[in-house]
Amino acid sequence: MVTHESGGHHHPPTGFIRKYIFSVDHKVIGIQYYFLALFSVFLGMTLSLLMRIHLVWPAAKLPFTPGGVMTPEQYLALVTMHGTIMVFMVLTTAPQSGFGNYILPIQIGAEDMAFPVLNMLSFWVTFVSLMVMVTAFFVTGGAPISGWTAYPTLSALGQITGPGQGAGQTLWVIGLGIFCVASLLGALNFITTTIDLRAKGMTFGRLPLTVWAWLITAVLALLAFGVLLAACILLLLDRTAGTSFFIPGGLVVTDTPITWHKGGSPLLWQHLFWFFGHPEVYIAILPGMGVASHVLSTFSRKPVFGYRAMVGAMCAIGFLGFCVWGHHMFISGMSPYSAFAFSLMTMTIGVPSAIKTFNWLGTLWGAQIRFTTAMLFALGFVSLFVTGGLSGLFLAQPSLDLYLHDTYFVVAHFHLIMGVAAIFGIFSATYFWYPKMFGRMLNESIGRLHFWITFVGVYCIFMPMHFLGLAGHPRRYADLTGVNFLAPLHAVHYFITISAMVVITMQLLFLFNFFYSMKAGKIAGDNPYEATTLEWAIPSPPPFDNFAGQVPVVYRGAYEFGVPGAHADFIPQHLVPAKAGRSH
Amino acid sequence: MHETKSDEALVSSPWSGGTRPFSVNSKKLGMWLFIVSDTLTFSALLLAYSYVRLANPDWPRPFEIYPAIAKSTTMTIILLASSLTMVLGVAAARRNDRVKTVRWLLFTAVGGILFVVLHTTEWINLIHEGYTPWSTPQGVPLFGAAFFGITGLHMLHVTIGVIYLAVMAFGYQKQNFDADDVEVTGLYWHFVDLVWMFVFPMIYLMSVNLGG
Repeated sequence: MVTHESGGHHHPPTGFIRKYIFSVDHKVIGIQYYFLALFSVFLGMTLSLLMRIHLVWPAAKLPFTPGGVMTPEQYLALVTMHGTIMVFMVLTTAPQSGFGNYILPIQIGAEDMAFPVLNMLSFWVTFVSLMVMVTAFFVTGGAPISGWTAYPTLSALGQITGPGQGAGQTLWVIGLGIFCVASLLGALNFITTTIDLRAKGMTFGRLPLTVWAWLITAVLALLAFGVLLAACILLLLDRTAGTSFFIPGGLVVTDTPITWHKGGSPLLWQHLFWFFGHPEVYIAILPGMGVASHVLSTFSRKPVFGYRAMVGAMCAIGFLGFCVWGHHMFISGMSPYSAFAFSLMTMTIGVPSAIKTFNWLGTLWGAQIRFTTAMLFALGFVSLFVTGGLSGLFLAQPSLDLYLHDTYFVVAHFHLIMGVAAIFGIFSATYFWYPKMFGRMLNESIGRLHFWITFVGVYCIFMPMHFLGLAGHPRRYADLTGVNFLAPLHAVHYFITISAMVVITMQLLFLFNFFYSMKAGKIAGDNPYEATTLEWAIPSPPPFDNFAGQVPVVYRGAYEFGVPGAHADFIPQHLVPAKAGRSH
Repeated sequence: MHETKSDEALVSSPWSGGTRPFSVNSKKLGMWLFIVSDTLTFSALLLAYSYVRLANPDWPRPFEIYPAIAKSTTMTIILLASSLTMVLGVAAARRNDRVKTVRWLLFTAVGGILFVVLHTTEWINLIHEGYTPWSTPQGVPLFGAAFFGITGLHMLHVTIGVIYLAVMAFGYQKQNFDADDVEVTGLYWHFVDLVWMFVFPMIYLMSVNLGG
């Protein structure tokens, strides 16, 4: 029997606060994480819209810019906060902490996470982290200008290096440190839950690929965020305790010699940050891979092609992710021999990535596909993953990277693979599990419109950026007027900004659909998709303890679609074998 | 692909679900995972320390055999001894001997407190000699930064450990916790001890003033 380690038999709470605010129910916490990410993604998107407007109409008067016209420092503050909020509060939070929290315990047949109270703490610590970071906008000097990577010495020296580098940057570091703690707590909870709380018969070989993806992501988070925490502690000491871990001697900032710091190395930060930063890319994308595999199989009505290869490829990607951080530092002056090794390891990731892609195509091959919105977004995920991955092969070459590194090519690459592909994974998961979470279907017509405009729109935004980069267009520049060789590219920027406006408008439609369908959507029923995994065996939305005390027993793998001789084209994992009528 | 094995065979395997692999309870597994992540944090800090030390050829070696090394060796012995009392506490808890368990847990906590007190006097001595996180008498400020940063974080872990031990001792006496919980506390305490076994040689022994 599956029992709780902590909490024992708990009863549904009755008060509003215990039920919806400080809840220990993994489903409530999952939705809380989702709403936190939803708030963050619209905040981050607004910041990017302001940047896009400024790039095309530099003299435009904008709200939120106190002096009327945006200054370069304000632009960089937008770059920093857009990146930070999107990477940590959206891409790390929604697919893993949001959907993972809600779905993982149900899919393995558990009543809750292994440590429900710790789970609640993880969410509220994440919430505090977001609040601390957003506060950076409102302190003297505003938000930091050093980018989401916060390279020293810019990030370490304080107010003297620019507005936002005082209190704003300190709040940023503290917020990130807090986020690390929350992620570590969440990760160890996910791993323990997956290993210890599986229902009877739920072997590792029968886990849905979503669970595998969340498990591997949690392992990556456990290992990577510990290192980022150390880096944040050191940066905070440099900023507040006068240490010099990341600050070399002999610096002069705006005619002021920095005499009180010496002996440190900015490269040390880059090593520590990217040892975290590269696995972070996979922390963002792996849950999307799990969701894509799951959704593709369900709507192809076929088992996932090469289940074991899929698991192996995800493990390989996770492992290799820790060996390639140096490819972010090719232009930092590293030895060509190190660069060669990092380059080789990086391109090796292409192998498991290709295995996954071909297995997705193999799953689709010869299938009678049901084109639901969730399926469309899963297909979009595969498309974006391939497009974004291919430009990664360019950047993995040290000699090409020397040219491309500080250009829009990199912006295009990581937005496609880490940003938009992961977001498509989140959208796919949203359309797929919304009925389970809220009991009603999202509107499919609005959903399809949302998909097609978004899908075409993001390609219109990010494909031209590759060409901007190849033309030598530098990234992170606030104002491009007066730079002659960039003048012909203005039309491209104009096109990108208009595309971005269309895509962002379309997300408002999604938001409308999201809240409208809660009240007016079609009633979902227990299993609207004729799917096989355990979350579809229980009511939508599920009761407080998921299985109402009837812990399921699992008899087969997660993707038994189209089994010859079976009376239906799907066999749920918990169905007792005699009733399934298998011929073998 | 799994239908070839019978369900009974699968369910009897520790990894098949319904049972905990190797009978490790969730709290113990959770603590092990915490230790893994905290190991990474300390590894990163010690790597950073090694990095800046190599980058500064004039790295100072200020610790005299007496008092600094003598004192830090005493601290090491105290911490090791507290690990021993912890082991005895876990063993007593396994025998359901509540009185002895609580006694050994409190001994362990006292060892932790002694360690923190000795370390604080050591800090005060160094501060009097002119070592701070931002400066040293030798003019290599990173020595002070690394010393106070890393030992400070370790001391924070010991302090949290002492509180944890005290909570566990009194909770165990009131029967709020069981022998497994005591063992999990032991895992944390041994980990903190083990971290010191890296900090001590890297920070202290490698910076001994041999009069050269």
